[in-house]
Amino acid sequence: MTELLKLDGISKIYPSVVANDNIDLSIEKGEIHAILGENGAGKSTLMKLIYGVSQPDRGTIYWRGKAVQVRNPAHARALGIGMVFQHFSLFESMTVVQNISLAVPGSLSDLSKAIIKAAEGFGLPVSPDTLVNSLSVGERQRVEIIRCILQNPKLLIMDEPTSVLPPQGVEMLFDTLRKLAADGCSILYISHKMDEIRSLCDRATVLRDGKLVGTVKPSEETSQSLAKLMIGREIPHASHEAATEDGEVKLRIEQVNHTPKDPFGTPLNSVSLQVRAGEIVGIAGVSGNGQNELMRIISGETLLKPPSNGQITLCGQNTGRLAPMQRRRLGFSFVPEERLGRGAVPDLNLGYNSLLTGLENGLSSMGFIRFGKMKAMADECIAKNDVRCGGNSARASSLSGGNLQKFIVGREMALTPEVLVLSQPTWGVDVGAAAAIREALIKLRDAGVAILLVSEELEELFEVTDRIHVIFNGHLSDSLPTRGTNAEQIGHWMTGSFVPSTPAAAAS
Amino acid sequence: MKPFQLVPRTQQSLAAQLLVPVVSIILTLVAGSVMFMLLGKSPPAAFYAFFIEPLTTRYGIGEVLLKMGPLLLIAQGLAIGFRAQVWNIGAEGQLLLGAIVSGAIALQFETSDSAWLLPSMVVGGTLAGAAWAAIAAWLRTSFNANEILVTFMLSSVALQLLYYLVSGPLRDPMGMSFPQSAMFGDAALFEPLVSGTRVNTSLYLALAVTIVAWIFVQRSIPGYKLLVSGLAPQAARYAGFSENRAVWLGLLIGGAAAGMAGVGEVAGPLGLLQRNISPGYGFAAIIVAFLGGLHPIGILFAAFFMALIYVGGDMSLVSVGLPNASTTIFQGMLLVFYLACYLFVNYRLQRRSKKQLISASSGREGSTQ
Repeated sequence: MTELLKLDGISKIYPSVVANDNIDLSIEKGEIHAILGENGAGKSTLMKLIYGVSQPDRGTIYWRGKAVQVRNPAHARALGIGMVFQHFSLFESMTVVQNISLAVPGSLSDLSKAIIKAAEGFGLPVSPDTLVNSLSVGERQRVEIIRCILQNPKLLIMDEPTSVLPPQGVEMLFDTLRKLAADGCSILYISHKMDEIRSLCDRATVLRDGKLVGTVKPSEETSQSLAKLMIGREIPHASHEAATEDGEVKLRIEQVNHTPKDPFGTPLNSVSLQVRAGEIVGIAGVSGNGQNELMRIISGETLLKPPSNGQITLCGQNTGRLAPMQRRRLGFSFVPEERLGRGAVPDLNLGYNSLLTGLENGLSSMGFIRFGKMKAMADECIAKNDVRCGGNSARASSLSGGNLQKFIVGREMALTPEVLVLSQPTWGVDVGAAAAIREALIKLRDAGVAILLVSEELEELFEVTDRIHVIFNGHLSDSLPTRGTNAEQIGHWMTGSFVPSTPAAAAS
Repeated sequence: MKPFQLVPRTQQSLAAQLLVPVVSIILTLVAGSVMFMLLGKSPPAAFYAFFIEPLTTRYGIGEVLLKMGPLLLIAQGLAIGFRAQVWNIGAEGQLLLGAIVSGAIALQFETSDSAWLLPSMVVGGTLAGAAWAAIAAWLRTSFNANEILVTFMLSSVALQLLYYLVSGPLRDPMGMSFPQSAMFGDAALFEPLVSGTRVNTSLYLALAVTIVAWIFVQRSIPGYKLLVSGLAPQAARYAGFSENRAVWLGLLIGGAAAGMAGVGEVAGPLGLLQRNISPGYGFAAIIVAFLGGLHPIGILFAAFFMALIYVGGDMSLVSVGLPNASTTIFQGMLLVFYLACYLFVNYRLQRRSKKQLISASSGREGSTQ
């Protein structure tokens, strides 16, 4: 094997933090190499240096044996480096093929064919003529991956790619990546999921607090030993008693039918569920199967209007037509899937972001902001949830994805809700923090909060929930008691087998 | 490879935000002196006439303050909408409606000497400006009609309405068919503030609105909601801040302020309704709002500077024979330089080191293999 990329003593210093400190790294041709580390360990910064988004302050990058200065991403692509970012860079008002044509030369019709071919070959189903704004997060990532693949890269950087994929999708993606590697394309795989790294990667480089901890062969390690390297301590593991089953029903959704305005959205078909005080109910399913629409209806961002019908009852009150603010007054709290721009205002500091949902919770009086209380709440939220940032005056956009998520989850929990709904709360959050969030959820549950958790991570659902529903194409299954079911059953339902009229059901 | 590169700032720098208006004003002056030279005027003399002379006499200062009033008032109102990404560029029309309605009230009670006449004109004019902006708000919230186009086109409609009224229903019957109304009674006029100048008590209105705007923007929950609607519409929806309310509020506040400014014009220096009411205050106030960084205090300084450009343009027309268009040219240059400088609030210029330049050129060779 020959050396494709070598980093020698790379450092990147930001005004407030040393993001990378003297990092050495070497990638062989055709190798799948993992970069493992917690949030804020410096993984994303390092990838940005390789991809030319920013320049190292010290050290040298060698590409195929020659020292290079990667000036910008265009230069990186010219060298043969492709990257799929954690935050996507797609134009929402353009179609899939139009987006791809911005990076890949060729006529739209040729590109459409290439996209369909790549989509089929790599198990990444996506239609070239769909507008990006109607795609789910998972589908957008497919577009990003296809866009890179069509440029025939020699090195492909993947920043936490599986966080939005269903279990079957992960296997397909791994097949894709292995095929690419066999063709001689090296892959830099950023993740903090130990199982994935062990099954996929040849070598793993572990970062902690911006420093290189070591390079190991994942196949010779256990998940526990990798995690220990990464966080420098044992992972806290949530273990809890079964829920009490006689709590009062706090959230009840009955026979909700809803056709979203967006023609590419997923219509909801007679969805019913209920969550009792003191239990955690999970919704499993591949993204884009109606979770987004259901969440917006529960949160009040979308109001139930004719021809939609059905009923939502929150703490005993019919809420289908109530605005989000009124639902919050009833004791409702919601952590949305998107952090930047929905759960938080990117350009405002954390103080102002705690005001976003807390303004009726003592942070204002007579229509005026109470700055002291606002900052105190932000400080408390930062301290309690180990949010790594520059204090309450740090802008939300300056935080890493995981840290911002910790802040948002902490903020919503601090509102002492009676009903807490969370969508992908631990997506992109490191192992330690994710465990802390799950532990906090169980504590809230034991204190009598009704919790609804939408997640694509089966492990997470099995770890914390008491009952699990599955959502598929706008249909919601009956719930199964978590302790009485298994991943195979849920995985089977996730293909739609519980819906009477689907092929999967017919086959089974 | 270029020796400099733009690097995004990790944090917005307050120094840069404060420097941007200052630097753009300096650049405007530099470019202005080039223009003066091309016109065959000595730059120092022209500058003196344009920017210093107005401030050397009581009358000149009075004129600057007189023009500052409407600019300040309108810009404060517009800035609140702009922060919510509500683009009302039709303040000129809303000003005219304020002038028309307050003028109509004044003419209706021509002989009145009630102390309530002027306040009712202020209220009527303010409501009229808001009502004119409300048309755009209604069209936007009901039919998603673009408020930029609607407010702008409604300005033309307002102007035609004024032309019709001053040559028809509101024309002075004794005015030898000049297209203007009768003079207002004394009770319908703002008191002069300083003798020997035209500046009047309507300036107090503008300063009071500035204070209210500061409190609204910096301290109030409705101001915060508007800001969130502008910065992150999805987050506003998530939090439950109504988008329609933001559009209504943004437009109504801007329209009200512009309508109030219209009252200040007809009940101030003009004293009647005529075809020319505003020398483009509604449009210049857009520049003022941005030059002031959409911040109430910044707008105070920006309005003063813009007023100086107006007065300086008028005065230098006479004293050094500068062309009439120089005011407009200065306004335009100011906006262009401001927009160019604003880039540096979010980006900084970084000099590439020699080493970077050399390794970059070798990198380019590497990439062509």
